[in-house]
Amino acid sequence: MTAPLARIDGGVNTSVRHDSARGHLTGQALYVDDVPAPAGTLDAALVLSPHAHARIVSIDSSRALAYPGVVAVVTADDIPGKNDIAPIRTDEPALAQGVVLHEGQAVAAVAATSVAAARAAAKLVDVAYEPLPPVLSVEEALAREDYVCPPIAITRGDLDAGFAASAHRLTGEVSCGGQEHFYLEGQVAIATPGDSGDMHVLSSTQHPTEVQRGVAHLLGVPFAAVTSEVRRMGGAFGGKESQATSFAGIAALLAWKTKKPVKLRLPRDDDMRVTGKRHPFLIRWDVGCDPEGKILALDMILASESGHVADQTPAVLTRALCHADNCYWLPNVRLRGYPCRTNTVSNTAFRGFGGPQGMFGIEAVVDMIARTLKIPTDMVRAKNYYGVGQNDVTPYLMRVEDNLIDRVMEELDRAADLKAWRAAVDAFNAKSPVLKKGLATMPVKFGISFNKPTLNQAGALVHVYTDGSVLLSHGGTEMGQGLFIKVAQVVAETFQVDIGHVRLAATSTGKVPNTSPTAASSGSDLNGMAARDAALQIKARMGEVAAEHFGVEPSDIVFKANRVYAGNRSLSFAELAHMSWDKRVSLSAAGFYKTPKIHWDFATNTGRPFFYFTYGAAAAEVAIDTLTGETRVLRAELIEDCGRSLNPAIDLGQIEGAFVQGMGWLTCEELVWDEKGRLRTVGPSTYKIPGSRDVPPVFRARILEDAPNREDTIFHSKAVGEPPLMLAISVWLAIRDAVASLGPKGAVPQLDAPATPERVLMACEAMRAEEPGR
Amino acid sequence: MTTASSAAAPLVAGTLIAEQASAQIATRTHQPVDLKLEVNGRRHRLAIDVRTSLLDALREHLAFTGTKKGCDLGQCGACTVLVGGRRVLSCLTLAVATRGPVTTIEGLTGSDDRLHPMQQAFIDHDAFQCGYCTPGQIMSAIGCVTEGHAESDADIREYMSGNLCRCAAYPNIVDAIKQAKPQMQEG
Ligand code: FES
Ligand code: FES
Repeated sequence: MTAPLARIDGGVNTSVRHDSARGHLTGQALYVDDVPAPAGTLDAALVLSPHAHARIVSIDSSRALAYPGVVAVVTADDIPGKNDIAPIRTDEPALAQGVVLHEGQAVAAVAATSVAAARAAAKLVDVAYEPLPPVLSVEEALAREDYVCPPIAITRGDLDAGFAASAHRLTGEVSCGGQEHFYLEGQVAIATPGDSGDMHVLSSTQHPTEVQRGVAHLLGVPFAAVTSEVRRMGGAFGGKESQATSFAGIAALLAWKTKKPVKLRLPRDDDMRVTGKRHPFLIRWDVGCDPEGKILALDMILASESGHVADQTPAVLTRALCHADNCYWLPNVRLRGYPCRTNTVSNTAFRGFGGPQGMFGIEAVVDMIARTLKIPTDMVRAKNYYGVGQNDVTPYLMRVEDNLIDRVMEELDRAADLKAWRAAVDAFNAKSPVLKKGLATMPVKFGISFNKPTLNQAGALVHVYTDGSVLLSHGGTEMGQGLFIKVAQVVAETFQVDIGHVRLAATSTGKVPNTSPTAASSGSDLNGMAARDAALQIKARMGEVAAEHFGVEPSDIVFKANRVYAGNRSLSFAELAHMSWDKRVSLSAAGFYKTPKIHWDFATNTGRPFFYFTYGAAAAEVAIDTLTGETRVLRAELIEDCGRSLNPAIDLGQIEGAFVQGMGWLTCEELVWDEKGRLRTVGPSTYKIPGSRDVPPVFRARILEDAPNREDTIFHSKAVGEPPLMLAISVWLAIRDAVASLGPKGAVPQLDAPATPERVLMACEAMRAEEPGR
Repeated sequence: MTTASSAAAPLVAGTLIAEQASAQIATRTHQPVDLKLEVNGRRHRLAIDVRTSLLDALREHLAFTGTKKGCDLGQCGACTVLVGGRRVLSCLTLAVATRGPVTTIEGLTGSDDRLHPMQQAFIDHDAFQCGYCTPGQIMSAIGCVTEGHAESDADIREYMSGNLCRCAAYPNIVDAIKQAKPQMQEG
């Protein structure tokens, strides 16, 4: 029998089920909070600042320590190492040191024999504060030029010449709100002291290496003394990239202090008060264009509400600037990013990582141009799209070589018939005075790779056992996005064994060191490649054993469908594994990958930060009640470029989920801080995330067919976690479209995001006022 | 969605105790009470703090960690279990006030490891991503069908609206419920 046509079960490009499917459906899949705690484990609770800005005068723990069951109380002064868990810069404390900079900042922590005792005692830690005036808005911070890191600018061409050549010059302003991650599984960590000062931390984190580093800093021990581990998270969305570190760190500090395992799990309201969110942005522009809407000059300011420390802000802001072009060629452009410091939570990574805010800005500009010039938006867009072979260089000087913009827009039109759809919406509006419909499209181009080249590396560790089973570890973390199954598919495909033979190990810094966060949609690109590298090393060694056994050249050996062939002779994969061991050949390998081609100059903010772009397009139809501002999304059609999808079922789930999450950001999710800087939306009853009724009744997501990545990515797939979130900007644009139907042609709606009923109603009123004769 | 507890429950479990905590109150209320709880067909005897929610009794005392704590505020649905066949938010229900047999996600699979039709439907339709809301979604979905509230897509969305899914696997959850409904009615 020669290598058969048979395919393995669960190779790449198949919709194989999530590796934990059965575990999730039977309740057997363990999350951090489900892991049986070691005997004697203490529970922890945090003492949070009630002030947005205050000096800490004194902390008295005596009443808390006297509470039954309390074992220890720690403050910044108890930290044996360095009180710093900053992911990018420095001086970002785990526990407030001398001053509190936002309401909800952790000031102290209590360990006790029960959760109830720890939480009750936390209320008894007496902290005396001297309140200081807080800065609570971007505008205020902008005026004070108070930033968490230096402002960032990207410029290209000659703005003055561009404006001079423009027939129209328009200025505008728009803002978008923050977004709470609301991972269903809150922040949680268990720290267990080991031998000779070692610390093991089980943490719900996207970035085990940062947890390891943070804990080591706080405890003043070498990185090698700390092992950080995570099997899975119940959602993360960026909220456990840097945010998880402080909770792991505080648990470890208490564990170090008490010499007992300590578990810290935040109650939901505290979780929402303590952790950073998506950055709200204030965006202002001055744009010049020709009579057809072609942009000749754009001067744009993007000011982020960063919170009290830098955290991920420099990277988020850079990505926002790098996406403020979206799909458009901007010949003369200046983009300036201001990382405003405010006395609020430390805003951080959230699916899209600044990209959504940048795109939101440019789409507001394009919408304004189209409405002012009374030209359909898609026509204005078409005038501005990046060309192929010309007009194809981004403001940061990367050439767009893989342009699929026209293609995704054409596919969208084919699937949705935009002209007929538009006609139906207009016909509805002509007859309906109160309910108004809106329709809008949205093209998306999103850059894949971390902006910082260093982070684009990954490791994996693969073992083959003598029965032919495979154990796979890699540096990526599983948060529901299906990374583990995708990487397992890669390994199964490489070895040509059924996916059932590949087991997945928890992510641990003890197995794969110095990892990057699982973020930037890059998880399968990076870890898939690293795992493939490891598998290929082992496969080559096994191939030599097989060649010797069959008396052929290694190049004559074929791995196919669980067997290994030399012409018409064959062995099972398991037999060859056993034979390799017998011949003293190593069946274990560490794999490594670094993304090629990328580079970035932090001084000029130019380079090629992205290995490639992904593309997508969406159209959304909404209805608004112009007397109440209530909004419904009635239909959404999406098309997303996934390259040659590793797992179409997983990718479709990501596309739908990201879109709905983006809808939430732009419509119903509103964070409300009061005048004292206290977050008032601290539970799902006041902070509304999309529910089952908010999904558009007609909702179709498609993967762009026949579009393998032209770059050499893992089996020519593309990243998918974040990009479809930005397709939801179509919903915001459609609401604007519905509002615009109330006014005269040429009027531009004034609508910020989230487009809550209140904002929509005010926009409707403003639009009606534009109608002459009122 | 119904809950077996009164509206005052979260106050007792949270704010009041937390705010007024003193060593004295704590000692007094920490006296464990005896209670019997039938979970997944087996009777359990427990001696627990009277304030313990059904969710904590299941998770912390009986090691049924399949039921998840998403908010502990009665607002997300992750902790949904069936009590006497009805959907209940176990975080809002005091263990001592639980009347009737409790079914959790662990109790759905038969002794032969056969999945409940709703579990199978969730697999068939990829009706989850991170899985954290999933046990609650499945228990709620079973309740939704047995209550006769799964007649149309709109009906399902309405009667499943108490179960949040931040991964937004909602469309697939609706499809899963539609698949499982006739099978549940046959079986
Ligand atoms: S945990 Fe009970 S409703 Fe959220
Ligand atoms: S699957 Fe993640 S919250 Fe529902």
